[in-house]
Amino acid sequence: MIDALPLAVTLPLIGALAVTVWPAHARGLGLAGALITAVSALTVTTEVWSRGALRADLGGWGAPLGIALEADGLSAAFLAMANLVALAVSVYAGGYFKRETARHFWPLWLLLWSALNGLFLAADLFNLYVTLELLGLSAAALGALTGTREAVAANLRYLLVGLLGSMSYLLGVALVYAAYGVLDIGLVAEAVEPGPVAWTAMTLMIGGLILKAALFPMHFWLPPAHANAPAPVSAALSALVVKAAFYLALRLWLDVFAPVLGEAAANLLGILGAGAVVWGSWRALRAERLKLLAAYSTVAQMGYLFIAFPLLAATPPGLARENLLAAVVLLALTHGFAKAGLFLAAGMVQKTAGHDRIDELGGAAQALPAATFAIGLAGVALIGLPPSGTFLAKWMMLEQAMILGLWWWLVVMMVGTLLAAAYIFRVLSRAFNREPTPYRFVNDASTELPALLLGLIATFGLGIAAQPLWRLLEQGAFG
Amino acid sequence: MTSHVLGTQLLYGGSGILLVLLGLWSFLVHAPLLRKLIAINVMGAGVFHLLVAIAYRGIDTPPDPVPHALVLTGIVVAVSATALALAFGKRLDRDGD
Repeated sequence: MIDALPLAVTLPLIGALAVTVWPAHARGLGLAGALITAVSALTVTTEVWSRGALRADLGGWGAPLGIALEADGLSAAFLAMANLVALAVSVYAGGYFKRETARHFWPLWLLLWSALNGLFLAADLFNLYVTLELLGLSAAALGALTGTREAVAANLRYLLVGLLGSMSYLLGVALVYAAYGVLDIGLVAEAVEPGPVAWTAMTLMIGGLILKAALFPMHFWLPPAHANAPAPVSAALSALVVKAAFYLALRLWLDVFAPVLGEAAANLLGILGAGAVVWGSWRALRAERLKLLAAYSTVAQMGYLFIAFPLLAATPPGLARENLLAAVVLLALTHGFAKAGLFLAAGMVQKTAGHDRIDELGGAAQALPAATFAIGLAGVALIGLPPSGTFLAKWMMLEQAMILGLWWWLVVMMVGTLLAAAYIFRVLSRAFNREPTPYRFVNDASTELPALLLGLIATFGLGIAAQPLWRLLEQGAFG
Repeated sequence: MTSHVLGTQLLYGGSGILLVLLGLWSFLVHAPLLRKLIAINVMGAGVFHLLVAIAYRGIDTPPDPVPHALVLTGIVVAVSATALALAFGKRLDRDGD
């Protein structure tokens, strides 16, 4: 049987080449590429589920010289979320882009997808750098697809910030290699020991990644870049690209630098996360445009993920820590589905109404019931109302914070939740204004159904059926 | 490892880190796109310098190939990123007229 691991990375790459060679068939080829990529990635997840961690040494060259791909529970969980969201985004994009833009969209989009899958599966620090750069380059190019001055300026800034982040990460990789002579995550984890070199490398690498994950106060580049991109691109940037940087930070934290970590570093990340929750939610509440609201909400939601670091650092190894880790991953996955759904639905509203100013959304619920319903569903998951995955995840994080006696994180999460409720209800209350007669529930199946499905998964799928995630995360590769 | 190798590594590695710091400073302080781009490339050159210094194992011993491979890949990435940033800059200039 052909190994599914390399396929998940190479299939979108081949697809990107195919749509570049035959731009006239970009849409059909792109959709086909999207479908087989998602199938191959989900195969990886199911194999990890049933057989445990997978590893593939490309070309038969093993570590330390060769390029290895590896999937364990953590990467398989992110891989499944990313590929389902990317598939929904692809279907949406198939109906969203006109012929000329589609030619530019599909090659970049499949390239981004390939980088994303590569990032989740790469097993050595340098290949992670390459995938990180590919992701940043294709994301910035996609974000500027509309060609407006604001979009180009915002994405130029995003590109430069991303480059700075990758440079910092690469310097950390160079230090790791200088000190230990290996790059494979498993081998580095064995060799790493507390000391100034490991500490500096960790600071440089995680510092670079939080720049890319838009952690407060390094979030300044995110709202303009995400709010000015075309809707499907915004969805992918907000749901997947920043999440990839978070995944890598979590991976380094858990598997590579675990012996080096102090509580001070974890608390610093937690404090920045708390700042992100409060500031991001506040700006989302004050935003005038729906897409800007969604972008600031991403800043806030990334904050919750970083609040997990001090909680994880304070929890002794055992069942409680495993539960907490699963809760954090569940939060990240739910946000991926919910935010993608919100952006896709917002794009539909923008396309129909010609604008996305929140104060003038009156009647949107009647004109676009499915899109409004999707916004509502995604909102339920963003606030963290039951039965969404966010509810379960936040509940477990709050419970653990209480057990540890770290009540201040609890306050921050409560404030963030209240503000989230306020900004979501602000949109919904406007959307339900005026215009009594409903028209049709679904107006444009290919663009509305993906948004709806993502909202449904975030609210019902991950909340009621979250149990499998726990089992999947038991499949650790690095110990 | 002989003191000669260590001294050489320190000299080249140290100047690499100096280049990174100079580039970082220039990147943060200067607003024009071209200066930022040059700054980020100086930073990159500094990191590559460090990697090449790590690869050095003495005048008679062949160097470690892995950091060389990393530098080659890194240069390709840096060139592509610079090209994309320049394309964005050109677009902004054209729209500004």
